[in-house]
Amino acid sequence: MLPGIFPFGVITGVAMVASGIEPLVAMAMSIAVFAGASMVASAQLLASGSPALLVILATLFINLRFMMYSASLRQHFAHAPLRVRLLAAYLTADNAYGLLLGREGDESSKLHYFLGAGASIWIAWQVSVAAGILVGAGLPAAWRLEFAAPLAFVAMSVPLLRDRAMAGAAIAAGVTVIAAQGLPLRLGLAAAALTGIAVGLLLERRRT
Amino acid sequence: MSVWPVLIGMALVTYLLRASFLLLPPEVETPALLKRALRYVPAAVLTAIWVPEVFAPGDERLLAGVVAMAVAWRWRGTFATIAAGLLALHFFEWLT
Repeated sequence: MLPGIFPFGVITGVAMVASGIEPLVAMAMSIAVFAGASMVASAQLLASGSPALLVILATLFINLRFMMYSASLRQHFAHAPLRVRLLAAYLTADNAYGLLLGREGDESSKLHYFLGAGASIWIAWQVSVAAGILVGAGLPAAWRLEFAAPLAFVAMSVPLLRDRAMAGAAIAAGVTVIAAQGLPLRLGLAAAALTGIAVGLLLERRRT
Repeated sequence: MSVWPVLIGMALVTYLLRASFLLLPPEVETPALLKRALRYVPAAVLTAIWVPEVFAPGDERLLAGVVAMAVAWRWRGTFATIAAGLLALHFFEWLT
C-alpha cells in the first residue's frame, strides 16, 4: 500500500506549488489538512482567485468520504478512549481505511493495526509531499505532470466500481459534473456527489 | 487575500468530518439510511474530481484517460495507472 502513496504525495506537492501556493503554506496544509485530493483541488481554486468560502466548501465535499470512514470505524472503535478516537480520526486516510477493511481480528488488535498503519501512511505522505514541493518548480512543463493528479483519482475511483450500484453512482456523478460545468467553479462537485448517492441508493434498492 | 484563514477552515472542516461519528457516545446507533448513503460517497466524489479534467473533447487527454481507466480496472495500482496514463498522453500527443 505504501508504494502507492509516494507518487500521489509527490504529485500533490508538485501540483500545489505549480498552482502558485508558497512552499511553506503547502507543507503546513499537508500537515493540517492531510487529505491530498482536497489539497490539489483547493490549490487550483486558490490560484484561480476563488473566494475563501468556496474553497472550504469544495474541501467539505471532496472530504465527505471521511465521514463515511468515520461511521464505519465507529463500529470497531466506539469503546476506545476519547483521545485515542481523536487520534484515529486525524490519521484516517483512504489507504488506512482500505487496509483495515481487509483485516481480521478482535477490536483491540484492529485499533492498534489502524493506528500503526495510519502513522506509517502519515509519515510516508509528509515525506513525499515535501519531496514534491522541493522538486515542484524545477520540473519541465513539457512532461505534463499536472495530468498525474486526475490520473491518481482514476486509480482511486475505478477499482471501487465492482457492483452495479457503485458503478451507477460513479457514472451519475461523472455525467452530473459535466452537465454542471456552467455552475461557478466546483459547485458542480456537490451536485455530482448528491446525484451519485441518490442513483447508488436507487440501484441498490432495486436489486434486493 | 491571505491564504492562512482558508487553510485553517480546510483543516477544521476536514478534521470534523473525520471525527464526526467517532465523537458520538458508544450507545448511539448510526442511522441505517445514512450509513448506506455514505457508502456511495467515495465512488461519486472521486469520479467527479477527475472526469472534467479527462473528458475534454478532441484532446489526447481523453484517450490517455481511457488507457488509465483500463489499467486501474485490471491492476488497481496507483503507480501503474499514473505511469500508463502519462505515457499514453505523450504517445497520443506525438501521434497527432
